[in-house]
Amino acid sequence: MSEWRYGLNEQRGTLMAVGIFLVMFVIYVSNHPAGLTANVVQTASNKGVLLAFVAMAQTLVVITAGIDLSVGMIFILTNALASWLVLGTPLETAFGVFAVLATGLACGALNGLIVIYGRLQPIVATIATGAVFFGIALLLRPFPGGSVNEDLADMMTGRIFGVIPSSLVALVAIVLLIWVPFSRSVLGRAAYASGSSEVAAYMSGVPIRRAKFMAYTLSGLLASIGGLFLTFFTYTGEAALASGNAYTLFSIASVVLGGVSLFGGKGSAIGAIFGALAFRTIGDLLFVFDFDPLWQPLFQGVVLLVAVSLGAFGLFRVRNRLEWFG
Amino acid sequence: MTISDASAAPPLFRMDGVSKRYGGVRALENAELTVEAGRIHAILGENGAGKSTLIKIMAGVVAPDEGRMLLEGNPVSFRSPAEASAAGVTCVFQELSLIPDLSVADNISISNPPRRFGLIDRRAQRLIAEEALARAGADDVHPRALIKDLPLSRRQLVEIAKALAWKPRILILDEGTSALTAADVAKVFSVLKRLRAEGLALLYISHRMHEIAELADQCTVFRNGRNILSFAAGTRTDSEIVEMMIGREYSSAFPPKPERATDKAPPALECRKLGWMDSLRDISFAVGKGEVVGLGGLDGQGQRELLLALFGVLRGTTGSVLVDGKPVALESPKAASDAEVGMALIPEDRKTEGLMLPMTVRENLSFAVLDRISSGGIIDRDKEARLIDDMVKLLAIKSDGIDVPVGALSGGNQQKVVIAKWLMRQPRIILLNDPTRGIDVGTKHEIYQLLRRLADAGAAILFYSTDYDELIGCCDRVLVVYDGGIVRELADDDITQHALIASALNVEGKTMETAA
Amino acid sequence: MSDTTREQPMTPPKLLRRLDPAISTAFACIILLLVIGSFYSTSFLSPEYLLQQLKVASFLGVIATGMMIVILLGQIDLSVPWSVAVGGMMACAAAAYGPAGEILAIPFGILCGMVIGLANGIGVAYLRIPSMIITLATNAVAQGLMVVYTGGFSPQDSATSAMRYLATGFLLPGVPNAVLIWAIVGAAAVFVLTRTTFGRSVYGIGNRERAAYLSGINTRRIVLIAFVVSGALSAFGGVLLAGYASKAAQSMGDTYLLPSIAAVVLGGTSILGGRGSYLGTVAGVILITLLQSILSVMQMPEAGRQIIYGVVIIAMLLLYGRSPANR
Repeated sequence: MSEWRYGLNEQRGTLMAVGIFLVMFVIYVSNHPAGLTANVVQTASNKGVLLAFVAMAQTLVVITAGIDLSVGMIFILTNALASWLVLGTPLETAFGVFAVLATGLACGALNGLIVIYGRLQPIVATIATGAVFFGIALLLRPFPGGSVNEDLADMMTGRIFGVIPSSLVALVAIVLLIWVPFSRSVLGRAAYASGSSEVAAYMSGVPIRRAKFMAYTLSGLLASIGGLFLTFFTYTGEAALASGNAYTLFSIASVVLGGVSLFGGKGSAIGAIFGALAFRTIGDLLFVFDFDPLWQPLFQGVVLLVAVSLGAFGLFRVRNRLEWFG
Repeated sequence: MTISDASAAPPLFRMDGVSKRYGGVRALENAELTVEAGRIHAILGENGAGKSTLIKIMAGVVAPDEGRMLLEGNPVSFRSPAEASAAGVTCVFQELSLIPDLSVADNISISNPPRRFGLIDRRAQRLIAEEALARAGADDVHPRALIKDLPLSRRQLVEIAKALAWKPRILILDEGTSALTAADVAKVFSVLKRLRAEGLALLYISHRMHEIAELADQCTVFRNGRNILSFAAGTRTDSEIVEMMIGREYSSAFPPKPERATDKAPPALECRKLGWMDSLRDISFAVGKGEVVGLGGLDGQGQRELLLALFGVLRGTTGSVLVDGKPVALESPKAASDAEVGMALIPEDRKTEGLMLPMTVRENLSFAVLDRISSGGIIDRDKEARLIDDMVKLLAIKSDGIDVPVGALSGGNQQKVVIAKWLMRQPRIILLNDPTRGIDVGTKHEIYQLLRRLADAGAAILFYSTDYDELIGCCDRVLVVYDGGIVRELADDDITQHALIASALNVEGKTMETAA
Repeated sequence: MSDTTREQPMTPPKLLRRLDPAISTAFACIILLLVIGSFYSTSFLSPEYLLQQLKVASFLGVIATGMMIVILLGQIDLSVPWSVAVGGMMACAAAAYGPAGEILAIPFGILCGMVIGLANGIGVAYLRIPSMIITLATNAVAQGLMVVYTGGFSPQDSATSAMRYLATGFLLPGVPNAVLIWAIVGAAAVFVLTRTTFGRSVYGIGNRERAAYLSGINTRRIVLIAFVVSGALSAFGGVLLAGYASKAAQSMGDTYLLPSIAAVVLGGTSILGGRGSYLGTVAGVILITLLQSILSVMQMPEAGRQIIYGVVIIAMLLLYGRSPANR
């Protein structure tokens, strides 16, 4: 195999997600009544970016062969918090942004502590912490409300040079600031290694616990960036249980569509981002084809069901039935 | 050993009085080993002689209970494989330490990647990988290939390359060639010789005598957890070495074997040209009623797979299996243990495959006969109690009642529960996968008696053991397995230690592989 | 590594196992809650109030029974919210179709839950998709179906009189029917778990699926059945809830996912499977219900309840539910 084939092989999952997204987006735009205008792109990007952040958050944990069912709740909690704090003078706003991100970081770190050092199963532990996060969100915003520094919000949700959606730019910046360094750091490598084979990682002297802790913590941070953007788009905070649950669920769907293996060790956040954008576009396809929006939840559910079932086909290659039991 | 420390430079590595026990089992006792730079040192010994424990201690995987290790005269102790490697002692494990989803280059520098501005420097990592791969004679492996996409032989070479990237002074190869083709072996050998010339000390564990003859400068034979003798290579014949590896006194009495009658009836179990992936090839044999047939050979030659295939666990087997002369389709353990087939498998690992440790003795014993002690899915408790009582008495299982968790019993009694669990089904064909590993002598003795009693009652028994004494003492015939095929069949008085070990090493039988 | 598998910790013999520390702790907590509650209101210890609590608990009790069987297998069922809602909504929907619909309402609701369970079971047992993922997916599909069915409005059909009778009536004087039903479901669960081959297989699979498979158990069929049972019981819970409220609601199941898992786990059932008794689940259900009741007596807002739930569950799990250290 030549050099580029290896590159292709490494990025196959990601490229697949990019492909799905492009196809879906082309279908979407070509059937959209307005066509490909800056406005359409801006709206699509603003919606997609929210899920993309949460999907990135999920990816980090899934890479370590874990799962975080509280990402949606961290997203909601930080939204509620931002609607209190990201206000006022530029300095106050900056402080607010900092506090929101620190909160997300702390939520992720709490998950990490409980799962890694408390040795609890990630599923139950994160459902329970999710309840706590949601409870705090509800304390902060028993009713939808609050506001946000509108200058900042408009800047982050508007367009740069009248064409490029600034939310997209922000997404790229976060990828460069968080994902790229993480994936190339020793701990990031260790996170992949422990997700792929914990025994082999141990034998190779990889810092398994620190890597997992880092993954959970950064996951919380990314979810809080998502929460911040939600506030920018809506100008309010709302402790919406259904929305939190939906984002958790969609983050898993995006991760699967993005070629990240739920068994750990494989995939990239870039793939998950395109998975998220594709998932959003698939959901929106119904609108351009004039389907009743009522069908959207069902449609998204079916996409998720099909996506997770596709992963099962490796099973038919298993020749020793004992391998079923891991 | 009264070499004065001042007289000469200390050897590169020395191990002094090292012992290790697992539970009650003595794995290594007072072991001594001296490793010199620039030499290839072969470690020999049969299964369970203590070789792998020795390596694990040297490589920092397990800690010794007693004794000390000296590196260039300085005492050392390793808490992890990484620590041992950093000190210069690196082990090439059998594809255990490679991470399947990462690339070759990632794997080679996994423990200590080159960094630039705190991040992994992929270009430098690539160079390190290329250099290490070249040194390991694996130039054809692309540094960007994923481990899981490589064939087994290439993974083994990557393991060696990964070890070399530590720039070790002592390199340990545990069965380093077991997965390699003849051409690859030749390549590895030239690499090893070059490393020796560069001044590395190599510790080489292999079961292939001709390899040792070709490579080794020094040999040490282990037996029963002790080192028996160290000698310069070429000063002993193969036959003498085999003698050294045996030399065990009988530790258990075996029940007498009956005269074997030539039986006209179709054999209880017959295999014809059984194959499965690369692990089983053209296996044909038969086991008659009342016969105890042993499976011999070194660990991991396909014996386990053979038993699993017979019991319906493996998918995609080729060839056919006949029970009482009638072909049977073995699709699942359930089908294999059905009344018409009547097979039972006593699995290898009682803790993960045989028992549910937190459940009670009662629940474990009746688990394989649930279908027979119930009607309409409801368990008949009286019937259950009756059957269990009989079995507990028959096997003399010692426990504080049958309602204690089976995990609270001793290892020997746990093993009895596993066997009893299957005897509850009154199987006609009994497959045993090393049933006496790690249990006490008394229980072993009871198991031997039991096997013979079952055979006398008409059961056909196929018995894999890593203990040669057992095969000699218990079996009417022994099939020696090597590399997924049966290389030799021994019967009656031909079953000797020498014959078993020689054919297990495949030094006397027909050469099964093309010469290296 | 492989040589260092630790001996399992000794579990005490059966007599002592009845006093599983988790179960006794759960009961101790129940008493503690009653004492605390009586400080707030003297009526807290009155028979009427306690019976009322038991009645509220029985809905959770029925749902938690299904969850427990799945957790005993070492799996989890996250499709509970919409299995409950589907059960309630479909039963009410059937009721709209004349007298035949009235009769078939309850079985139809349960059947719909079984279909969700079947999808879960096929995914987990035959496709070996992690239960957490596939049940989330079927939950989403069920939600989507219901949204389409109701057109996004809250469902208009109302519960049949039979459903109302089951949830609120009294067959035995003084004993609400819902409590009776929970008692029957519970007794059946105890019988199935302790006296049948299915129950033994569930524990066996939860402990060591590999060993159970090698023992000739059709492990995949057992797992499938367990998920179907869980779906059925969730839907039955939904039927009862719809009867209690006289109609079904879209989000009626949302508040049952975490409590049902919590009740099972707080009752000492290992989240890793294979260990746990129904008595513990009963204790867990009562504990959760009392906790909810006290919090509402204290006029604790929803927010505080969520936080207290989460903290209590994590704290209890840290006490009893940790994985072994040598991973």
